[in-house]
Amino acid sequence: MTEEKVGAILVVGGGVAGVQAALDIADSGFKAYLIDQSPSIGGVMAKLDKTFPTNDCSMCILAPKLVEAGRHPNINLITNAEITGLNGELGNFEVKIRKRSRYINEEKCNGCGSCAQKCPVEAIDTYNKGLSDRSAIYIEYPQAVPLKYIIDREKCIGCGICQEICKPGAVEYEQEDTEATLKVGSIILAPGFESFDARLKTEYGYGRFQNVVTSIEFERILNASGPYGGLILRPSDGEIPKKIAFIQCVGSRDAQLGNNYCSAACCMYSIKEAIIANEHVPIELERTIFYMDIRAYGKEFDAYYSRAREEYGVRFVRSRVANVEEDPLTNDLFVHYVEDGEPKTEEFDMVVLSVGMRPPKNVEKLAEVLGIKLNQYKFCQTDTFSPIETSKPGIFVCGAFAAPKDIPESVVQASAAAAKATATIASERGKLITIKEYPPERDVSLEEPRIGVFICHCGINIGGIVNVPEVVEHAKKLPNVVYAEDNLYTCSQDTQVRIREKIKEFNLNRVVVAACTPRTHEPLFRETLSEAGLNSYLFEMANIRDQCSWVHMHEPEKATEKAKDLVRSVVAKTRLLETLKKPVTSVIPVGLVIGGGLSGMTAALELTRQDFEVHLVEREKELGGHLRHIYYLPGSENPHEMLKSIIKDIHENEKISVHLNTEIVNVEGYVGNFRTTIRSDGNEKQIEHGIIVVATGATEYKPTEYLYGTDARVLTQHELEENLAKDRFSAKTVVMIQCVGARTKERPNCSRICCGHAIKNALKIKEVSPETEVYVLYKDIRTYGFKEDYYREAANEGVLFIRYDDEHKPKVTQENGKLMVLAWEPILKTWFPIEMGTLALSVAVVPNHDSERLARMLKVPLTKDGFFLEAHVKLRPLDFATDGIFLCGLAHWPKLIEESISQACGAAARAATILSKKTLEVEGIVSYVDEDLCVGCGLCISLCPYGAIEKDERGIARVKEVLCKGCGTCGASCPKRAITMRQFTDEQIIAQGLAVLRGAVCG
Amino acid sequence: MSFEEPKIACFVCNWVFGEEELATSRVRKAANVNVVRVMCIGRIDPVIVLQTFMKGADGVLLVGCAPPDCHFVEGNVYAELTVNVLKKLLVLTNLEPERLELRWVSPIEEVRFAKIIKDFTEQLGKLGPSPLAREKRDVNILENVLAAKNAVTNFRLRALIGKEKELTKSVNAYGERVSCEEFNALLDEVVEEEFIRHKLLLAMKKPFSVKELAKALNMKPAVVLRHIVNMRRKGMIALDSVEGTTPLYKAVEVR
Repeated sequence: MTEEKVGAILVVGGGVAGVQAALDIADSGFKAYLIDQSPSIGGVMAKLDKTFPTNDCSMCILAPKLVEAGRHPNINLITNAEITGLNGELGNFEVKIRKRSRYINEEKCNGCGSCAQKCPVEAIDTYNKGLSDRSAIYIEYPQAVPLKYIIDREKCIGCGICQEICKPGAVEYEQEDTEATLKVGSIILAPGFESFDARLKTEYGYGRFQNVVTSIEFERILNASGPYGGLILRPSDGEIPKKIAFIQCVGSRDAQLGNNYCSAACCMYSIKEAIIANEHVPIELERTIFYMDIRAYGKEFDAYYSRAREEYGVRFVRSRVANVEEDPLTNDLFVHYVEDGEPKTEEFDMVVLSVGMRPPKNVEKLAEVLGIKLNQYKFCQTDTFSPIETSKPGIFVCGAFAAPKDIPESVVQASAAAAKATATIASERGKLITIKEYPPERDVSLEEPRIGVFICHCGINIGGIVNVPEVVEHAKKLPNVVYAEDNLYTCSQDTQVRIREKIKEFNLNRVVVAACTPRTHEPLFRETLSEAGLNSYLFEMANIRDQCSWVHMHEPEKATEKAKDLVRSVVAKTRLLETLKKPVTSVIPVGLVIGGGLSGMTAALELTRQDFEVHLVEREKELGGHLRHIYYLPGSENPHEMLKSIIKDIHENEKISVHLNTEIVNVEGYVGNFRTTIRSDGNEKQIEHGIIVVATGATEYKPTEYLYGTDARVLTQHELEENLAKDRFSAKTVVMIQCVGARTKERPNCSRICCGHAIKNALKIKEVSPETEVYVLYKDIRTYGFKEDYYREAANEGVLFIRYDDEHKPKVTQENGKLMVLAWEPILKTWFPIEMGTLALSVAVVPNHDSERLARMLKVPLTKDGFFLEAHVKLRPLDFATDGIFLCGLAHWPKLIEESISQACGAAARAATILSKKTLEVEGIVSYVDEDLCVGCGLCISLCPYGAIEKDERGIARVKEVLCKGCGTCGASCPKRAITMRQFTDEQIIAQGLAVLRGAVCG
Repeated sequence: MSFEEPKIACFVCNWVFGEEELATSRVRKAANVNVVRVMCIGRIDPVIVLQTFMKGADGVLLVGCAPPDCHFVEGNVYAELTVNVLKKLLVLTNLEPERLELRWVSPIEEVRFAKIIKDFTEQLGKLGPSPLAREKRDVNILENVLAAKNAVTNFRLRALIGKEKELTKSVNAYGERVSCEEFNALLDEVVEEEFIRHKLLLAMKKPFSVKELAKALNMKPAVVLRHIVNMRRKGMIALDSVEGTTPLYKAVEVR
């Protein structure tokens, strides 16, 4: 008999991928251990300034996820730790870990930072890539999660001062490394990547020339919390550079260094850095990117690339830079390169090296301990049809460790890994998680407000500037305040006990904490209220740290006065606070997957592996979608065999109801409770389900150019593939034209998969007919990641790659039965003719014609190109803004098989976070409609970005509380002022606003 | 003409000589020596010594009881550590470190005390008058000494001086002994960092660029930038404005 499985999962690596995986696991009923070797989670993303292509602030979008992971009851963060051993097998692993000593008691440290202020030792700040220093006791970055200090034992001299200074007594010099064994059912690897060591590329002078920096250093330079406060400076003299060069592919696409692969993200991050750089200097910056191919293959990346050139004035030079030299007097740099066959030299103030991704440090040791296989580049070995599985059952992989990739793809894979890892232990759902019980809520509706105010010193963080006892005295005099006190740390565990006692002792029915930011601490105090039997919405915070002691640190009297103002204003609001209920909705544990291609089938199968039932709806009369037209792959896998086996799995699966030849007619309801009408052969039927996965795929562009349709020798790549697969190929010369219908005025974006497709077919031709000459006419070859190996192989096999640009597009003619192309030779600058037997067009992938109709039914948006638009392109790539609807496959954007599978698995994981719950509890801060005032004008319905308002049978607006996100736009715009935002009522906001005015009458 | 009457500030431990001995001492009669009695030579704050130099003393002589004797257990040991740091700082200020000496005397060695004074006077005689004592004071050195004084007013350096004995003679917080070489190396680093930062800080009463500061202090701009970065981190200075492509920084006024 096998042992019982364990309902917990270990996630290795706390970057954005690891954090997403842990959140998905913990939100779907399993326990997650998140282990990181650094003292804090956040990984590389936490170091970045902005993210492409939306220019979002990296930390601003990441921090909420980090905070959520940090305080999730079912995520156990284990930082500063490493894996030392593994026993057992799928379902029952025993993982040995070593937690290195922090010399800080994590329970006691509250992150106040007094220790670091007084530490006499300075060390090089590796987080800022050595561009500044920090103290020997430190946190990696201001928003570090967990916000626990650590002592750099190498640098610390053991003077003992921090221990003396630390009020909570958290410094423990005698703390030792500890060993522990974790029992888990499965494991996810998300250890990320290392940046390439630019010193190895000696010709670019990194390490010798001060003004040559790496791209990750440049991110820190751009970052407002980086060494230069967000101003770009030359490390040699602190001057702002006027002219910056970015050199691409440093450590990537470099066979000499053994790194033939493409690092997949560098083109885009360099374009972003070049765009953003201009915002970080007060002058107009000249920025030049030296590149081999610009690989802007992701969603709307080419549009971003175009904007960089046309709107932001970034100059692009196609050239591999030969070397960089320095003027030793001025530290200016000379970049030597060849353009159009001519050697050139140009002077720059600063050079940024776009360093590639390397496998994480010590990866071989990790692989050995875990018993997983690595590929030739020491990244994790995976296969096309199992992109998430390592070579060992029960161990899964996601993020850059699987292959170099950008943030959204890491997030997608993280969710996918969560799906795979939880599926293996689906029977254990809910067994190891903690569900907290609270005492019954006291009814305070008839009581006069009795407010307790707790004011935090935060060690000396607030108390060192603001006269806290004075603020306490001020608070005591405010109307309805029956109790006020100051605390050394209001957030500490013992203070929570104290607050509960005071609530009882003084019969408090409202609580105010004046301390730091509600962003990080409000949930903690709300929890305390719940534990004391008070409704958690009877709570407010005043941020007297950021807004008083920090910004007015050199004017303590003003800081104190302002703290009083803020406390008075928050008390004024608190007086008016009301008990709120969190709306609860039931969940139908059934999924609806729209689209029966590879993505849809994969999503459906994954949902059943999570023990949910699924309706799989396919418009056509058979399953398989686009995959039916794929006959071979560059590797050894056989796509047709795989397709057959997947379809067989679907049909044999009792939990899947397949609806072929079926259309979606109507969708009603909301997350947890959808009702969808489907039609097949004229018969309509309703199905009920809790979530929707959109996997409707895309279609091939039918070209009108290059004689397609008039000359039978002109094919699309798919037609060529079919011919090759069915032995119908015989041409002596094949010409392929890339970007047909893509990267044009009408469709400015890249279709991502066509370069790989062309090379796959070119290699096949060389295999079956080595004599055949193959020409590929291209704009940029975009074989990102490990696909670069096939590009090299094709070049080695004699496939000729000739670049064209928009001014020199190939000209195809047919004369006397001869099919000819005139191709532009960019180095010789001449047109030359090629006669060909076959012309293969690499055509764009375009959205389905009825996407718009489906989008309207689901109330989800499309991109300008007509693909479905996710909730957030960086961090919510699988969700729609509308809760309960998810997205995967070509409907999202063109993508490869392995990417579609990852997305489909990921969408299933996201869906499982809902389906695994019996009920959904949503935020109580929602709007409500005064039915007597509402005239049913419908303005709110059109304004609501979440489709959360509808009209009831009387024609009066009704808020679907489950969908409401609490922004309050409806209330602010209601012509009859019939809508009120709970917790932010007009009265409350006005009271708070007025009370801050000094001398104003309050009460 | 040789310089025979240097002004000497002599701080003497109460327990080396009593009032009576000092009163009768010949040394007392030498007009150029101002003897100041302190309870223990360990009382001498580095700030006092530098302040004395700023006021124009040609030399500062500290006289305490020879270890291991000290009426207050080990005040003399701390004096030694303080003088060590002060000498490092004097080198940086361009004021000769020989203008400061610490000498041990036993209560029964009045003659020896006289010799010490004589020797020190000679030593100073060779150096000539202090650049801060001349009619036209050397403003550069004066500013240097002020920077040094500010540096030893600061927590960081004082903390290290205070901890030196414990860490190098006994054990640190981890129960390990820090070797004298290791500690001295750290001390050299910190003394230089703090001196330079306080010098920069004095300069930055008005806005300055990295390049200007580097030129004024005859330092590499890259090194100055590093200090600027760290001083910003510590809230000592702030970005004032940017002129063209040149950022200017200014000291933060602490009230």
